[in-house]
Amino acid sequence: MRLCAKVRRADSILKPVEVLEYAGLLRWLPSCPRRDSVYYLDRRCVRKSASGDLSETKRVIQFLEPEESAHVSRGSLLLRMELPSDPEMLCVVRNALSELAAKLGFSEAECRAVVLAVDEAMTNIIRHAYLGDAERPIEASFRRIHVARDGQSKDALEIVLEDRGVTANPEKLCGRALEDVRPGGLGLHFIRQSMDTVEFSRRWGRNQLRLVKFLHTQRPEKGS
Amino acid sequence: MQIAARHLDKITILDISGDIDLATSPELRKALLRELRELKTARVVLNLAAVRYIDSSGVASLVEGLKASRDVGSRLILFGLNRTVREVLQLSKLVKIFEICENEEQSVAP
Repeated sequence: MRLCAKVRRADSILKPVEVLEYAGLLRWLPSCPRRDSVYYLDRRCVRKSASGDLSETKRVIQFLEPEESAHVSRGSLLLRMELPSDPEMLCVVRNALSELAAKLGFSEAECRAVVLAVDEAMTNIIRHAYLGDAERPIEASFRRIHVARDGQSKDALEIVLEDRGVTANPEKLCGRALEDVRPGGLGLHFIRQSMDTVEFSRRWGRNQLRLVKFLHTQRPEKGS
Repeated sequence: MQIAARHLDKITILDISGDIDLATSPELRKALLRELRELKTARVVLNLAAVRYIDSSGVASLVEGLKASRDVGSRLILFGLNRTVREVLQLSKLVKIFEICENEEQSVAP
């Protein structure tokens, strides 16, 4: 199997500093800091042969921060919730998030989109990660972050949902064709349509879903 | 979510209010399938004007009701779609498969 990956420093994003083959990547990874690393793996550069097995590469990718994270400040924590995986709790999260998104300056339509995305994500956790068990933990954190994008610094709402359920099936994460009219399978489509960034990872026995929605309105200047 | 049923000749109108989500959509599904499959109601009309929220599990219940209505040769009609409901149906690209009326008068017309 031949795999190659471009490994780049976050501060030289436009210029790859190293190109490693798969064996080199595995040698390099043990020395790679995990979280808060200045390195990241550009997953779009990962290739595999027809008979190749990507499972090991998927494992190592999970140790690394996604591309956007390298350009994101940790921002300020706005809200953190720890909830049981009980469908009755969904309305609690929706109500809190709706208020939070409105306070941040999202439009009414954007607030509805964010609420729908988080509700669908939590529904997926309850149904697929916890298989309907209503007493497992879900952690949700909401931060205001600043993201460097297209040469500009943008404010955004970052939502991270974590669960300790079964690993999500990557094939199911692809959603389904909407032309296929049948009940179910719409949740992921709603999430992707509603948010600007949707990233799934599994770390240390936890599923983590990171959702980002950019704020299009500017914060009022202090004192104005 | 609350469901209240009204009966007009061979038509049943279900007035639905509140949130349709993972916790409540099974109740909607059950009510729809009972009207369509068990009671063989010729026309089932859903009044969605007081629905505050609907998610994909709610849409799935509506799709299941639609399929049941086609199976038994009856009609499932929606009316009173507010912005929230309409947005979600549009997002699902399923808005065109449902029979949607502007108001109750249209939905019960012969």
